[in-house]
Amino acid sequence: MQLAKQVIYLIRKEAVLEWRSKYALNGVLLYVVSTVFVCYLSFVSIPNKLTWNALFWIIILFASINAVAKSFLQESKGRHLYTYLLASPIALILAKTIYNSLLMMGLTLIALFFYALVFPFQPETDIPMYMVATVLGSLSFATIFTMISAIASKAGNGGMLMAILSFPIIIPVIIVLIKLSKNAIDGLDRSVSMDDIGLLVLINAMVMGVSLILFPYLWRD
Amino acid sequence: MNRTWWKILGAILVVYATIAGLLLGVPRLNILNETIRNLYFHVPMWFAMITLFAISVVYSIASLNRPNEDYDRRAVESANVGVVFGIFGLITGSIWAKYTWDQFWSFDPKQNFAAIAVLLYFAYLILRNAIDEEQKRAKISAIYNIFAFPMMIVLVFVLPRLQASLHPGNGGNPGFNTYDLDSRMRMVFYPACMGWIVIGYWIYTIRFRIRTLEDKQL
Repeated sequence: MQLAKQVIYLIRKEAVLEWRSKYALNGVLLYVVSTVFVCYLSFVSIPNKLTWNALFWIIILFASINAVAKSFLQESKGRHLYTYLLASPIALILAKTIYNSLLMMGLTLIALFFYALVFPFQPETDIPMYMVATVLGSLSFATIFTMISAIASKAGNGGMLMAILSFPIIIPVIIVLIKLSKNAIDGLDRSVSMDDIGLLVLINAMVMGVSLILFPYLWRD
Repeated sequence: MNRTWWKILGAILVVYATIAGLLLGVPRLNILNETIRNLYFHVPMWFAMITLFAISVVYSIASLNRPNEDYDRRAVESANVGVVFGIFGLITGSIWAKYTWDQFWSFDPKQNFAAIAVLLYFAYLILRNAIDEEQKRAKISAIYNIFAFPMMIVLVFVLPRLQASLHPGNGGNPGFNTYDLDSRMRMVFYPACMGWIVIGYWIYTIRFRIRTLEDKQL
């Protein structure tokens, strides 16, 4: 159970680091809230609920790029080396992914709360189903962006590469997510959405599996 | 002769498929009419693209296991040629769409996802340009390539089936299997696919040799 111990320790390390320099956490939170507000002010004349749904996912997409990108990009080379001496690469990528998933879930739920304030749910909305969509969405964003940020940080030229590499991979996920949450907003029968949920779980499992296999090759310099 | 027979075979197959594809009889179907002949030119492009990307990912895996300049060159050149075939697939598809759907690009799910799949490989090529150090470039781009390939499969084969599309084979439009019932088309379609895959592989081997020579002169 060496691995589990390492993973738990690394997750705790990430959380403590985040808590000590609250700047990053608060920054992302403020980013989400102010983007929701700006979108509300600029799109207030559009009453269409489907536009608002798509807009919600776009906001989450950019917030999650900002939140997850720093997991590898902002670590100094020395600290990287130190972590690699102490922990196995599998433990490192697992810890980062789990931590980012938790972070993203919290962030998405907060964003959803503010979003619901400015744009209340329609009566026919299937709210538990919408929650499932948000949780699955934040999970997929976290798994994909964690691996991409590891690749981008190794390539040495941060932000732009991160966007170029991740967008083609994230587009299919976003399309499925928008479809799934649209079903929830329209209050369709839950059996309609099962295919989409299955596909999202499949994509997540696939990305996770590939990351676990590939990361040990990536960190060795 | 041992090393050239497949090149001759590929050339003959492509020439045959082009001439026979334009001249031989085809079944008369509603809406499609004569544009059904595009099956011989459009679909083989995608088969060639998938084959080349598969070659690329195989060499990427090989180069991760045993770092080797040759494997890296093979991976990048097959991806290069695959991207070209993908662009040809998009172009032949949009010309066909102009005559049947009346628009070059109507944002059909099939068109969108195919374009994103090609974008994925453009990202791979840009990632390669971003890294200067050769061994590091080989390793990191191999990792991204292996990461991207399953996503490309999902984009091209899984997602378009889940959405309403006008593309033949989707949503009740006559597709592959309906054409296949007509053995006249099968006589041209299979040789066309074979021929274009062989030609794509040939172009890739030439590109690989050119790049090897260029790298040696430096």
